[in-house]
Amino acid sequence: MTIASKRIVATYFIHVWLVLFACFMCFPLFWMLMASFKTNNEILSSFGLFPRKFLFDGYVQGWNGIGNHTFALYFVNTFKMVVPTVFFTLVSSSLVAYGFARFKFPMKKNLFVLMLSTMMLPNSIVIIPRYLLFNKWHWLNTYLPFIVPAMFACNSFFIFMLVQFIRGIPRDLDEAATIDGCNVLRIFGEILVPLMKPALFSAGLFQFMWTWNDFFNTLIYISKVDKYPLSLGLRISLDSASAVQWNQVMAMALLSILPLVVIFFFAQKYFVEGIATSGLKG
Amino acid sequence: MKKLHRANPYIGLIFILPWIAGFLVFQLYPFIASLCYSFTNYNILSKAKFIGLKNYYRLFGIDPDFKKSIMVTLKYACIAVPGKLVFALLVALLLNMRVKHVNLYRTLYYLPSILGGSVAISALWKLMFMRDGMVNHVLGLFHIPSVDWLGSPRIAIFTISLLQIWQFGSSMVLFLAALKQIPAEYYESAYLDGASKWRSFWSITLPMVTPILFFNLIMQMINALQNFTSAFVITNGGPLKSTYLIGLKLYEEGFNNFKMGYASAISWVMFFIIMAFTALIFKSSDAWVYYQDGGDF
Repeated sequence: MTIASKRIVATYFIHVWLVLFACFMCFPLFWMLMASFKTNNEILSSFGLFPRKFLFDGYVQGWNGIGNHTFALYFVNTFKMVVPTVFFTLVSSSLVAYGFARFKFPMKKNLFVLMLSTMMLPNSIVIIPRYLLFNKWHWLNTYLPFIVPAMFACNSFFIFMLVQFIRGIPRDLDEAATIDGCNVLRIFGEILVPLMKPALFSAGLFQFMWTWNDFFNTLIYISKVDKYPLSLGLRISLDSASAVQWNQVMAMALLSILPLVVIFFFAQKYFVEGIATSGLKG
Repeated sequence: MKKLHRANPYIGLIFILPWIAGFLVFQLYPFIASLCYSFTNYNILSKAKFIGLKNYYRLFGIDPDFKKSIMVTLKYACIAVPGKLVFALLVALLLNMRVKHVNLYRTLYYLPSILGGSVAISALWKLMFMRDGMVNHVLGLFHIPSVDWLGSPRIAIFTISLLQIWQFGSSMVLFLAALKQIPAEYYESAYLDGASKWRSFWSITLPMVTPILFFNLIMQMINALQNFTSAFVITNGGPLKSTYLIGLKLYEEGFNNFKMGYASAISWVMFFIIMAFTALIFKSSDAWVYYQDGGDF
């Protein structure tokens, strides 16, 4: 065999492995989709890759949920929680990142190191006093425990990510704008923010995903069913019925992750760039 | 630029003010408060009463569940984190072999990382690994006797860890970015010197990705030691507390029994375990992490 043909064979070999492994990885998701069209009985009794008959019962009955709350409510609640959290995270983190990346001020180095070190502070260590604090402020059963910390740039991962990005934007642009009479806020709003769009988009996607998937915090802070986001709504459908209707659970579970899947496929470039830029230097 | 801003050295401070305020109220204060609470007997209704080290004494001396939960958590981290990183590195190496459609593969492998933390996927895991679930049906097709994935105390922790390993995509993307940064000249000169592929893997590729391996190891360790969702939804700590992670113990004491002092003590023990692991990895890093620029981060 020549070197060239050897190489082709090797490449095919790698591709076969990659394809097989990708199928294996994504199989649970495919199976989940198929299970959502089966009857509960069929899920539990046999393997059958495709449903014997495509039924939408899981979706119809699952959507109505348990008690008198439908999944429409859980979806609305999730958006009420996620959208402001993402929005305020971006506003606050980009302002703070601008401060760190472009100005000199006393103690800057110490504060920056402090900010970085909070990335490693485990959430569990602050959770009890935070809960007591929010309880005292009557924030339980509202989305304020998610939104207000976002207003104060409490996730330093995003600050760091945006600082890294701003550092890559030439300072000449700021300087030219200063000479043209722009003040610091206008430089930020009119020069940096438009250039930061890809990084802001990445940060927004990550915060969206994390808040959307968040279970522990919602479990702690939200106990009224009419405030439940999807994570808690799904959990009661798993828990309360004595015999779980798996076709309904799978149908609703699938719907609940569908927005993430769609966003991911359209914006995967930003996800990948986001972790590549922030992770590499961390 | 310097000149222009010398006029007011506090402008930068004004911009970072939101973070400083947030740090003080939502991070520093809770951090100190939880340490103080850990020396008290405090449920939400009554006032906190100082009891010294009694909470810690009870955790290590009396409460049998706690020692169990530490062991379970360590076991979980020791299975899930290396498993995840090994898969991440292996697949990244394959994808780095100048194959076509890298983006497509990367997307498919990355998808589980996006979804894996949700209750939805934990529910799926529970259904797949049930006694009469899909995995056992598949084993049945090959005439392999079914396994009690979630009901056996020996196996359940592996099943939970598997969900974590399934999400190797985000670490893989980091490895892949690092692999792409290795200059091709290194391999060329190694080739000219007669080094085998295997040799250049050990002498070039691996040392060059150690900084990312180090970063991944720390972040994944911190996450794994705090895991909650999967163990809570899939097995709820059982069977026989074999998946009773510290996160579950913390939740139960703090938010079911409302023993805030006791739960704070648990969170501090957890904090020390995380710090100990981080310190250990940092300490050992001199021996195995290779920095091209001499380690000037």
